[in-house]
Amino acid sequence: MVREAGTFGRSGPHDFILLRASAVVMLLYVLFMVGFFASTADVTYANWTGLFSNLWMKVFTLLALTGVLVHGWIGIWQVLTDYVKASGVRAFIQFVFSVGLIIVWLTGLFVLWGV
Amino acid sequence: MVDILTYVEVALINSAPGILYISWCFIERQSIVKKERPVNLDLSTIQFPAAAKASILHRVSGVVMLVSLAFLIWAFATSLSGPEGFAQVESIMTSFIAKFIGWGILTALGFHLIIGIRHLIMDMGFWEELDSGRASATASIVISIIVSVLVGVWLW
Repeated sequence: MVREAGTFGRSGPHDFILLRASAVVMLLYVLFMVGFFASTADVTYANWTGLFSNLWMKVFTLLALTGVLVHGWIGIWQVLTDYVKASGVRAFIQFVFSVGLIIVWLTGLFVLWGV
Repeated sequence: MVDILTYVEVALINSAPGILYISWCFIERQSIVKKERPVNLDLSTIQFPAAAKASILHRVSGVVMLVSLAFLIWAFATSLSGPEGFAQVESIMTSFIAKFIGWGILTALGFHLIIGIRHLIMDMGFWEELDSGRASATASIVISIIVSVLVGVWLW
């Protein structure tokens, strides 16, 4: 019997809060992007890079990507612990998704850095 | 605080020990009352409650988006790499297959977001009764389908 679950945060309740906090951040980002596409009739390279060249947009985007990292990590953990009972297989899939999420976050960082 | 309907559903369909436990209870009950009880083995007549459907859709859409991150981060990086990269992503997004994949990702996002908002409202103690829980689950699914159609209209 394992008493300590392999949480992302410090504990189960901490994961619960992290999951919801990251959800709120991503919800705001999605609403903003919907607003951008709704208000921009023709998205061109100029106004697309113009948007991401703003410092506040870089921060907002990286904040949302941090939300993706946290939310995706905890979310896939919840799904895997319910469906994949073999520890070795579950550990491997969790490893792939966790590394993938970190790669996505780092890619986002360096892309934003250069815009 | 706890979405009881969801947990019951998860126990029923996902966990083999859960099923064993439930059937064990049934057998014990039978032996006490000593009476033959009908067993429904026609699976097509058994339906998931709306809350279970919402729960499964939330999970499926979440995993779909997680996998689609590979495409999204590529499109993000390429579109910002230069005018050629932007044109490349733009030309890809005019094809039917790419639009269909994009529509699928945005549909998953809509489902996950709307059912997720229902989750946040339930965290605050609302819609925990059977009727309101069922109604809000159905409403969240219906709104998600409408959003999915609207996204399709916007894309094509």
